[in-house]
Amino acid sequence: MKTIQISPADNIVVLTMSLPAGVTFEIDGREHRLPVAIGLGHKLAARSIQRGEKIIKYGVSIGSATCGIEVGEHVHLHNMQSDYLPTFTLDQGREFRGIK
Amino acid sequence: MSVLHPTAFLRTDGCKGIRNTVAVVYLVECAHHVAREIQYHFREQDVHLLGFSGCYPNEYSHRMLIKLCTHPNVGAVLLLSLGCEGFNRRGLLGAIRESGRPAELLVIQETGGTRTTTTSGLEWVQKTLRELESSPRAPMALEELVVGTVCGGSDGTSGITANPGIGRAFDQLVGAGSTCIFEETGELIGCEQIMASRAATPELAEILIASVAKAARYYATLGHGSFAPGNADGGLTTQEEKSMGAYSKSGSSRISGLIKPGDTPRAGGLYLLDVVPDGDVRFGFPNINDNAEIVELIACGSHVILFATGRGSIVGSAISPVIKVCANPETFRNLSDDMDIDAGRILEGRGTLDDVGTEIVDLVKAVSRGKQTASEALGHQEFVLGYKSFEPINPGCHPTYQ
Repeated sequence: MKTIQISPADNIVVLTMSLPAGVTFEIDGREHRLPVAIGLGHKLAARSIQRGEKIIKYGVSIGSATCGIEVGEHVHLHNMQSDYLPTFTLDQGREFRGIK
Repeated sequence: MSVLHPTAFLRTDGCKGIRNTVAVVYLVECAHHVAREIQYHFREQDVHLLGFSGCYPNEYSHRMLIKLCTHPNVGAVLLLSLGCEGFNRRGLLGAIRESGRPAELLVIQETGGTRTTTTSGLEWVQKTLRELESSPRAPMALEELVVGTVCGGSDGTSGITANPGIGRAFDQLVGAGSTCIFEETGELIGCEQIMASRAATPELAEILIASVAKAARYYATLGHGSFAPGNADGGLTTQEEKSMGAYSKSGSSRISGLIKPGDTPRAGGLYLLDVVPDGDVRFGFPNINDNAEIVELIACGSHVILFATGRGSIVGSAISPVIKVCANPETFRNLSDDMDIDAGRILEGRGTLDDVGTEIVDLVKAVSRGKQTASEALGHQEFVLGYKSFEPINPGCHPTYQ
């Protein structure tokens, strides 16, 4: 099995193995194709999610969708955000690049 | 009562240790080199290096070093002072000697400098290691065991395998009467209400919620939460998602109390360690890395630390053995020498959460009886202690005392 749903209320599933682009996987009996390579532990939408809707994992909210998300789409920094604190990553231009 | 260790190290205060470590402790960065020269000579012989870098005194760091130097796993202590720093070395030496442990203080400015102090220290440790061979022994019960847990280098697998696996182990250990401690209120942001529903009393529930609110305020002031870029690379998107994964380390037992760094619970059960300082935001980030959290768990009496990692932390610690529970099966294959438990096998259909929980409990018992963890075998002895300030806990934090 390539994905698991942790709680029945979840609107996302989690990849249980790293998958290359083009691989097919099933959600609710329907086949989807991965547009890009996605690593183990990442989330895919288990149903279509509207902008502003809560992303549910472990049966609880882990943040909100910042745009509409289709079934099978990768759910991550590009389409959801925290309801508490902004998420820090190195590719947001905030990293220290030395003194000019 | 079930015997955990037939011949644990018995301290004069009645506490029992699973290791008989000599701690070599610098009391300011200026004494670090001499302490390291002494410790490094005995690195194969359970002699650990720890200390405090700051020159300015701090009530928290003083209390922490007293707790760490009189930890059940510590058999003897050598203190290294430069001489002019602010640390109350006499107070610390007195507290260690009062605990019945062999202890010595070398003040570098009074001992003739680097070379003569190093020589004196080497001689003292050599002599003390021989003395420790005849340390008193006594049987230790599972009810006397204190286990702390931390997670670091988390990814999208942490909250599915290693963290809930540790939660299952905690449920078993709490059921057997052990003391289990989870921590990092900054990584509980978003699950405070769920956590509070497990509190032993309504008053404790309020205290748990307030501790997470304090962490959220602290991190908001500093402009940075407990979220590293590697967390996002590993599939975690938000603080509350990371929190839910971290929270699952606590298992499902009733929460018996809230403690702060240096507080040792007086009865078995599950406790939340509040690591975020009280009062105004001072001294920078609450915990600058995972080892700062591990040191605080050890200062609360933890004999063993359960460390869940997805991306692959490799650290161990001074004083108490660290068991690495690896959440991600790809990481386990990549860093297998550094890992103790392959919890990620759940994702590959090679076991259940209950299997992992039982494997963790069995390893905790084996490590308690002397088995080396991966990080111990590799010589890891990381240690970090900084500045903080705390108010003492109020009685409502620990309803089981009443």
